[in-house]
Amino acid sequence: MSLTRTQVEGIAHLARLEITEAQMPVYVESLSRIIDFVEQLAAADTAGVEPMAHPLADQVQRLRPDAVSETDQREKFQQNAPSVAAGLYLVPKVIE
Amino acid sequence: MHTLTVSELAAGLRARKFSSLDLTLHFLGRIERLGPELNAFVTVTADRALDDARAADEALAKGAGGPLTGVPVAHKDIFCTDGIRTTCSSKMLSGFVAPYDATVVSRWRAAGTVLLGKTNMDEFAMGSSNETSYFGPVRNPWDHKRVPGGSSGGSAAAVAACIAPAATGTDTGGSIRQPAALTNLTGIKPTYGRVSRYGMIAYASSLDQAGVLARSAEDAALLLEAMSGFDPNDSTSVDRPVPNYAAELNQPLKGLRVGIIREFFGEGLDPAVEQRVRAAIGLLQQEGAVVRDVSLPSLPLSVPTYYVVAPAECSSNLSRFDGVRFGHRCEQPKDLLDLYKRSRGEGFGAEVKRRIMTGTYVLSAGYYDAYYLQAQKCRALIAADFARAFEDVDVVLSPTAPTAAFELGAKTSDPIAMYLNDIYSIAANLAGLPGISIPCGFVDVGGKDLPVGLQLVGPHFGESRLLAVSHQYQQHTDWHKRVAPGYA
Repeated sequence: MSLTRTQVEGIAHLARLEITEAQMPVYVESLSRIIDFVEQLAAADTAGVEPMAHPLADQVQRLRPDAVSETDQREKFQQNAPSVAAGLYLVPKVIE
Repeated sequence: MHTLTVSELAAGLRARKFSSLDLTLHFLGRIERLGPELNAFVTVTADRALDDARAADEALAKGAGGPLTGVPVAHKDIFCTDGIRTTCSSKMLSGFVAPYDATVVSRWRAAGTVLLGKTNMDEFAMGSSNETSYFGPVRNPWDHKRVPGGSSGGSAAAVAACIAPAATGTDTGGSIRQPAALTNLTGIKPTYGRVSRYGMIAYASSLDQAGVLARSAEDAALLLEAMSGFDPNDSTSVDRPVPNYAAELNQPLKGLRVGIIREFFGEGLDPAVEQRVRAAIGLLQQEGAVVRDVSLPSLPLSVPTYYVVAPAECSSNLSRFDGVRFGHRCEQPKDLLDLYKRSRGEGFGAEVKRRIMTGTYVLSAGYYDAYYLQAQKCRALIAADFARAFEDVDVVLSPTAPTAAFELGAKTSDPIAMYLNDIYSIAANLAGLPGISIPCGFVDVGGKDLPVGLQLVGPHFGESRLLAVSHQYQQHTDWHKRVAPGYA
């Protein structure tokens, strides 16, 4: 196992994912296997190679004029929200 | 009517041999009758289809139709459709009604197509068998015990079973080409940036690209043209004219330089699949193509590179699903952290969680250089291999997948075995190159004929050549015309 249970619990917390007790050993096992598998990249000779951040070498991020181009559709968008009131998204109390 | 190609259907519509309404009712009938056994659709949009068909018939009556007016199509359920449920085959989005159309959807709509429905897929496009869907697996029309491939498995099954004439797909590591190969379709993934991804739910943003699943290269050409082109709403969209792909299908095979990728004919390739692909190479040669062996030595790094890059990007992209603004929310959260964790823990399936966690790990402090940065360098090596190959050849050729369709459940307990199914398709995504899979024969597995696909990959924006080579091959073969028993 390249990953311990404690490590996987830490990863799950960082990723904000609840993993049940029953599922945890399955994730420890499969994530360890995946990390072992990708470990083989370490053997590749990449000295002097520039990391590739974009599939098209000559692409640049476009800029657009800083002007309003969208109309307000808040009500439409909030129809998908689990809980809203007065145009606001509701979450459990954050500050006591 | 249902075995006709898109181009034949469009010609029939323009000649008023049948109306779009007749055609749409016919396909809706087939979806109702044959859809459930395949589980190809998540949502059937019958009312919308009938409205679209009537509008198309009006346009056609005025002589105003284009090359796709009145042709029914299906969209992978990863594309947002205004006012229609868009689930990405996830519990997370099982109740999500998209507030706008994806550009691909609006372009096909503007071209006059009729929307039959939204097709099943691997959850958030993460999978190679369509078994990770919250709505259950899709079955392969060629053998119901087998997978249709993934992640665009519902689109592939629907088109292969002739319950939709054509469908959209998306391809991050082979999700159009591999299902096309496993179901006897022509599937094209264009160059990164060719098709707008606005409204296409993101998985791995430096790899994702939309494309087409169809029953011929000619259809793929028509449909790809209708969805391609610059879109200011997608910052990765490339501002470059769209060729008239259909008009360029007759480029001859004579003189075409084809590179056979040595690294993709080795261990793990089913000898029967190899034999069908070699036979296709022989045919290309016979028609005047110049075939040569090419070596791309970094390609064996493709799968591990992908399983660092894609999960890293997915862990970032899927952080938007927080149970607050849209998507699943858990019951009775005790605080904000609990809301996030349980909403995401319940809303995502096992494979999605596995990839988010893989990505979180490889991006975490202390591991970034060893995994993510090293993978980005390996990616540069892979891209450089292709660039070198394209100095000497016009296209490179390989099998699309190492085997024909495998049985449901065969690889679900072994993520690495599942990942290796995309061993030949992933490299094109890493390099941003266009790729196409076309039918090249059948293998007999347990008394059933299962389709085999071959893959062609070309240089950036080389779609026209890929489609032309495929079309010319299809002029000399009829593999692509065969329909699964019971669906003709």
